[in-house]
Amino acid sequence: MTWIARPKFHHASLAKNEQGCTRRDYEGAISTLCAGCGHDSISAAIVQAFYELSIAPHRVAKLSGIGCSSKTPTYFLGASHGFNSVHGRMPSVLTGANLANRELIYLGVSGDGDSASIGFGQFAHSIRRGVDMLYIVENNGVYGLTKGQRSATADEGSTLKKGEVNTDKPIDMVSMAIKLGASFVGRSFSGDKEQLIPLIKGALEHRGAAFLDVISPCVAFNNHAGSTKSYDWVREHNEAVNQLDVMVDHEEMVLEQAPGTVEEIASPDGTILRLRKLASDFDPTDKAGALDYLERHGAQGELVTGLLFVDRAPKDLHQHLGTVAAPLNSLDEGQLCPGSATLAAINASLR
Amino acid sequence: MPKLNRVNDFVVKFANVNGSGSASANTLFAKSILRMGVPVSPRNIFPSNIQGLPTWYEVRVSEQGWLGRRGGVDLMVAMNQQTWDVDVAEIEPGGFLFYDNTRPMPASKLRSDVTVLGMPLTAMCNERYKDARQRQVFKNIIYVGALSQLLGIEREVVVKLIGEQYKGKEKLLQPNLDSLDLGRAWAAEHLPANFALKVERRDKVGERIFVDGNAASALGALYGGASVAAWYPITPSSSLAEAFQKYCNKYRTNPDGTKRFAIIQAEDELASIGMVIGAAWNGARAFTATSGPGISLMQEFLGLAYFAEIPAVIFDVQRGGPSTGMPTRTQQADLLSCALASHGDTQHVLLLPEDPRECFEFGALSFDLADRLQTPVFVMLDLDIGMNERLCEPFAWDDKKTMDRGKLMTTEQLEAGRPFGRYRDVDGDGITTRTWPGTHPTRGSFFTRGTTKDRDAKYSETGPDYMENMTRLQRKFQTAANLLPAPVLRRAKQPTSAGVLYFGSTSPAMDEALALLAADGLHLDALRLRGFPFPASVPEFIAEHETVFLVEQNRDAQMKMLLVHECQIDPNHVTSVRHYDGTPITARFIVQAIRELCGSEALASNGRSAR
Repeated sequence: MTWIARPKFHHASLAKNEQGCTRRDYEGAISTLCAGCGHDSISAAIVQAFYELSIAPHRVAKLSGIGCSSKTPTYFLGASHGFNSVHGRMPSVLTGANLANRELIYLGVSGDGDSASIGFGQFAHSIRRGVDMLYIVENNGVYGLTKGQRSATADEGSTLKKGEVNTDKPIDMVSMAIKLGASFVGRSFSGDKEQLIPLIKGALEHRGAAFLDVISPCVAFNNHAGSTKSYDWVREHNEAVNQLDVMVDHEEMVLEQAPGTVEEIASPDGTILRLRKLASDFDPTDKAGALDYLERHGAQGELVTGLLFVDRAPKDLHQHLGTVAAPLNSLDEGQLCPGSATLAAINASLR
Repeated sequence: MPKLNRVNDFVVKFANVNGSGSASANTLFAKSILRMGVPVSPRNIFPSNIQGLPTWYEVRVSEQGWLGRRGGVDLMVAMNQQTWDVDVAEIEPGGFLFYDNTRPMPASKLRSDVTVLGMPLTAMCNERYKDARQRQVFKNIIYVGALSQLLGIEREVVVKLIGEQYKGKEKLLQPNLDSLDLGRAWAAEHLPANFALKVERRDKVGERIFVDGNAASALGALYGGASVAAWYPITPSSSLAEAFQKYCNKYRTNPDGTKRFAIIQAEDELASIGMVIGAAWNGARAFTATSGPGISLMQEFLGLAYFAEIPAVIFDVQRGGPSTGMPTRTQQADLLSCALASHGDTQHVLLLPEDPRECFEFGALSFDLADRLQTPVFVMLDLDIGMNERLCEPFAWDDKKTMDRGKLMTTEQLEAGRPFGRYRDVDGDGITTRTWPGTHPTRGSFFTRGTTKDRDAKYSETGPDYMENMTRLQRKFQTAANLLPAPVLRRAKQPTSAGVLYFGSTSPAMDEALALLAADGLHLDALRLRGFPFPASVPEFIAEHETVFLVEQNRDAQMKMLLVHECQIDPNHVTSVRHYDGTPITARFIVQAIRELCGSEALASNGRSAR
């Protein structure tokens, strides 16, 4: 069984958000992943982010492919519709769902096997199209559910648990996403919720293709010395370029005293991304600069994390297509069917 | 050898070079005969190529209304040197050859039993036009002019059609009319006035329309309420998606330019069907259009839609397989790959339209069926129906008709406390209730998955949960059999113990074959299949007849396999007539095959004659 109900009772004093929901209302079934799995921390961060943003759980559609990461939507947002589709094909299913109803929030959860190998094409094309979604890759460099085969994000020279050295080049998902036109791209670490939760919130508030690569160690198959996706390795090599704070328009701006310069990026819908710079030479609104930075620092063995790219004026697929404001699934016969008089005219044109 | 002498009953075949602009001229020729009130059925026989390879356009003129391909050619318009020998060889004895004799062919390249009509087309064009493209394009109109004069097609009819074609592009109108008259004048002077093949005005077309099945299917999707389409270009289905785009632009665009539809040209067929499934899961009516290779790529997703019970509509415009096969030729060879698509135990609903009229009707209906049955529905066209204009009954629509969204639980029903279990069969038809995402804050959400689950959509790998689900899906499939368009029975004029089953694009050839066989004293009851799974009337028909033929356009008797298995009939009771060379089946082929089988021991059943 990978589905265990979570008890619903909670402490009476648990704080409620504007939806009247407690954090518990954003939880799902109890995880059946391995104890210590990075994915569970990401699920917890997702729960916290949705709670803090006061998003009605049922207005979210959560979709995934196949693999350990793709199992996680069962473990959060239990009141949302979920769709565990086929391996590597979450992006197309999510794209279709998004076309049918532009009013919901779409969360796509995938893994490095699901998105960098079998689903690399669908990953690329959903990003290219600007589907309004948060696409999270829970990246552990290994196939967990089939017991430890290497994935396409495993670094060159890193070793599998039994010592086999990887000689293939790694696919860097964030560079790919930036290059392919994602309008909000970040990388984080499952063990750093301070960094991860604001990135999830920023991505959810973003109207366009938002992509997060979250390094999420696999305790069973890829947490050994020689791995570059282990807890120890990531902690040692994590170089955050900035620290994000997300303020939705109605929130009071609480300015904390923090080191480094602070930059604010306002989005068209009023959300403000407040960025505390940690790397002085990094500008997340400069696409070419960001790619260059990732390439140079990656080559030095650094794992660059933070908000890596944001487009100040994003556009999403519905804007590209010019679809009506009403969800397509709400249109009735009168709006969809041209009727018999028009058909008579069509018939006449075919004689 | 006596010359052929026929009024309103002959076949003209144009042999052209692809990309030479012949298609619109040839269509003009076919339509002008239609406007004379005489039925025609044209067929494009084209290569997988944009420019340079041979292409043919075959027009059957039939006052009797036979719309199938006849076979044989009475008048060959040989405009392609590359295919000269085969084109000349295809002419019926006593027939005619029309060609550009600017450079006359030697006698060795001609046939003594064929009358040659030469016209110096290239010389005339070179004299008249300076520009190379004009020389090419107007050459086509000049030969249409000459042929219209030769065959007795009224000038006014052709002039009116050209006027309709160039409405809004008046600059092009006069040059086309001039070319037409150039051809007509030359023919009046140089070709026989009392030519053996004649078109005479009749009133045999009536209210019928002239349209291809792909456009008709697209209109069906438009009227059926499809709002999301995802597709990947593939012959012969691309024009279906493109027609949907065209109709949506015209009929689903608001005054402010916003669109009541979304069409995605996907990166491949996997993404196409994935998007369709995602959209339909989320409550939009969605479809894809593809052909055999696309169906192969969609297999995994089709299994998901079957097992997770998500509506989807797939228009499969079949072409010659396997593999890349014959991309521009026709077959009915995807029956099994659609009916049984995906690994594990799966069964899918097929609709089998016979012509564009049914493409429209079934196209619209398929969305109701997909929503009602919560499963993929395949509309099985083929290239012959999809890409050729066919004379058919006009499209009809009842404005009172509403979309059947099936067993869908609403916000109000959930709020009122109606119990919801995604895979609970409460009324025994195998169909369960679904909700769309976002329906209710606390009730009705569930997890959709391709893994096994219990009746409340919770993950389960237990045998009883799995068995309950799989037997319910079987029950649902039985329900489907009675929701699909019923087979059409046509009794022979005399009582007979022989019957024939057929479906899809075989229909016009079968209509004619039945008449020819009856005239020959061989009477057959005919049952036209229109859907899979089969209702009880199909095995009943087989049981009623001692001898049963099943005509299909594939090598392996795929429909027979389905029939034998699903209806549990004796394979020896049904004799296959199979046509699979990629050309549309003809009445001649059917008649000959059935005659031979009736006179041979190869006949199934008791080996008795069907007479």
